[in-house]
Order: sequence, then C-alpha cells, then structure tokens
Amino acid sequence: MSDDLRAAVAAGALGSEESYRALLQSVVEVARAIFGARASSVFLFDEPSDELVFEAVAGEGAGELIGQRFPSSTGIAGWVLVTRQPLVVEELENDPRFAREAAESTGFVPKGLMAVPLLHEDEALGVLEVLDRPAKAAFSLAEMELLGLFANEAAIALHLLQKAREARAVLETEGGEAEAVARFAARLAKAEPERREAALQLLASLERLLANDGP
Amino acid sequence: MPKQEPAREHAENLPAWSLAAGAGERISIGVEWPERVTREWAWGGSTGKGVKVCILDSGVEVGHPLVGEIDQAVAFSRGGDEEEVELVVEDTEGDLCGHGTACAGIVRSLAPECSLISARVLGAGFKGSGPVLLGGLRWAVEQGFDVINMSLSTTKRQFAGLLHELADSAYFRRTVLVASAHNMPVESYPWRFSSVISVGSHEEPEPDTFFYNPAPPVEFFARGVGVEIAWLGGGKILSTGNSFATPHMSGICALIMAKHPELTPFQLKNVLYLTANNVGGGR
Repeated sequence: MSDDLRAAVAAGALGSEESYRALLQSVVEVARAIFGARASSVFLFDEPSDELVFEAVAGEGAGELIGQRFPSSTGIAGWVLVTRQPLVVEELENDPRFAREAAESTGFVPKGLMAVPLLHEDEALGVLEVLDRPAKAAFSLAEMELLGLFANEAAIALHLLQKAREARAVLETEGGEAEAVARFAARLAKAEPERREAALQLLASLERLLANDGP
Repeated sequence: MPKQEPAREHAENLPAWSLAAGAGERISIGVEWPERVTREWAWGGSTGKGVKVCILDSGVEVGHPLVGEIDQAVAFSRGGDEEEVELVVEDTEGDLCGHGTACAGIVRSLAPECSLISARVLGAGFKGSGPVLLGGLRWAVEQGFDVINMSLSTTKRQFAGLLHELADSAYFRRTVLVASAHNMPVESYPWRFSSVISVGSHEEPEPDTFFYNPAPPVEFFARGVGVEIAWLGGGKILSTGNSFATPHMSGICALIMAKHPELTPFQLKNVLYLTANNVGGGR
C-alpha cells in the first residue's frame, strides 16, 4: 500500500513536471511569435552550480541548446540576472568578440536581443531572452512592457517546474520524509474508525505545532 | 569642500531633536536660492569638477575612450564564510561584464570633469551577491562620495532592512543615492526607498531631458531608450534599460553638486523637481 501511494504521488509530480516544461516552451514560442523574433529562450538559474542553463528554446537553436550552461554572471543574460534589470542591446554584430563567443556557444550571432529577469516573490529564477526582433523602428518602452508581461508568465512556469522537480527529488530519496508521510497515509487508510479519529486529532496538533514554528 | 564628515559638521551646532527659542539664526542655509530656479542657475557652466561619483556595479574598463580616467577602483568579493565580504583595495581586473563601463560612460558624457570611482560588486557569480552588494554600498557611503550610481536592485527581503538603513545613512551624510527603478510587478530595493533618487526611462533622445513623476514610487524619468553606451573592448553599442537612465540622472546630479556643493540631498531633489522638463526646466 505504502509503495503504491508513493508511486501515485511520484507519478503526479512527474506528470506535472512535463506539463510545466510544456507551459514554459509555449511561453517562449508565443514570445517569439508576438515579437516576430528569430529565437526566444528561457534560462534557469541553477543555484548549486551558480550557472545559467538553457531550459526552453523556440526558433533558432531549438532542440540543441537545452541543457547548455554558462557561469551565472557572464553574458547579457548574466547582467540581467545579477542587476535584476531588463535590458535591450542592439547592433551586436559590431562587436567581433561577442559575435565569436555567441557563434561558438549557440551557433548563430544575433544582431540584437532583449533580456528580462524572471522574478518570483523575492527569488530571481532565471532570464527570458528574445533575439533578433525585426529592426522596424526604434525600440519602444511599450515593447519593454510586453516583455515584462511574458517574463511574469515565464517566471510562474519556471517556479512550478522547480517545485515539481523538488517534489520528484524528495520522492526519489529512499527513506526520505516523503516516504514516511506516504507510509503514515497508508496506515491511516487501514486503521479502525476510533484509532483513525485519534490519529487525525494528533495530526491536527502536529500541524498547529509546525504552524507556530513557522516564520 | 568639507565633504569628509558632513554629518558631524551639521550635528555639532544644532540640537538634534528641537530648536530652542531664539536659536533660529543659528540655522543659516549657505545658499541663496533665486526666485525662480532655472537650469542655468542649477548647472549652467558646470562640468561636474570636484564631484565624486561612485559606480557601484561590475567594475569599469580601464582606458575606455568614453569613460576616461578612473580615480579609484575597488572590488568586493565573498570571503570564505557566506556572510563575509572581502574588500580588494586595488581592483585591476577592470569590468567583468560591461555593465559598469556603460554606466560610467554615461555619467562621463554629462559631467566630463567629475571624478569617477569604481566599486565592483557584480560579476563574481550570482550566489552570495546580496552580502557583496551591501558590503560595497556600506563602503561607498562611508567614503562620503557625492553621488552613488546603482543601476541594480535586489528582490531579497532579507536585505531590505539593511539597505534601507544604508540609504537613510547616505541621505543624512549628504551622499546622493541614484537607483534604477523596476518596471515589473515585483518588490525590489533600494529604489523604492524615499531617501534615494529613483529613476525610470523615457523615450526622448536628449540626454539632459528628465521628468518628475507626480505618482511615485519612481521619482524621475531620464533617457533610457536607444542609448549609445560604452561597450567592452573600447567600443560602443545601442542599448535600452533603466540601468542606463540612472547614470543620466547621476550625471545631472554631479553637475548640480559641482556648482552648489552645499546642497543636501533634500535640497538637490527640490532643484531636480524645479528643473524637470515637465515642471520648469523645459520652458
């Protein structure tokens, strides 16, 4: 029973991870389409390694870049992450060094890009970039607002994805806390009504205790 | 200019909490304000000479033609302990990502003779960047610089209290903190504090055009769209962001403070208000 329950919860966490990845992918697809851009991508900030990782890519580089990493405070995505300020850079082709580095890491050299931090509550989760929007007119603040709206959506998707991954990691840890909770739920389901009632009361007390202990 | 310990200079002769009867004459302000504060009065003829502007950022590239000479460069990094911050007295690494060089170039373009100081707090990774930022800001406030340019912000609530204290401390010590506002629906600091000059972007092309915002928390809008910025390797590039509106405001503050060194941050804000394009400066 305990194993079944664990498997069920794990299946839920795994299923949601796929959905959130799809949601994130759809955010970059729509961002690319709305701006008429050549590519759009989301970088996740990976705290343990202090790196930015390609998490979703639409357009140029889709399928190849996912999983590529670089140090968290380098590149334009890095500026945006550490300063938490959205940024637009144009005429990048004028910088041979940038062009070479971009070509080496992503296979193409953007002429310009828009980058915005992905902020959720007080966390900086990553960066959204839109590359090579058509150079029709001068960049406008209205476009910056639009980019901010996409960033908000991407930040929520990224936050959910991280939560789902954490849930899976906890479930995958043998003998972890989740397993203990799952075991408890299994015993509760089989218990006599009287014992069950007592256990639930105890659980309510435990919940109050943990709530008081909170921040 | 008695800039070293301005707070003490003011506190010595004045009661801290009240003013005795007849003591009014002891409060003399060192500046005659004209009937109408104009841009000509505020910064006409000023080059920013003598004013110290600190760029709290990613460092500044040495010898960039748009930046010119840097008078001092220091760096802050994480110590062995997570909370510990180390000061590198002479920073020789320049700029690690280009952001600080861009900001320095903009200040220089407005205030060609101001003194620039680089305090590097960004570029050494994202982890632990909060304590490094606080350490750098504390140092800059203690140095008594006239202007500190902060084209950055943090969303970490745990740092908000300390940042607030530092921002107030700067305000009372006559150091003007100019900080980038956020155009996103998040709580971030220090730009939201009323003791700083917070800056958003407008779309006009003139570098000295700025607007007062009657609906704060953002107090001023400066040029931040399609700005030619200094780029690593001695070049330049076109860029947009509040990060670049902020040094425009810092440059204007430097011009005013060079001409009127006696102004407190409170008075400086008044001058900025009165000379804003949508108040009195555009007419």
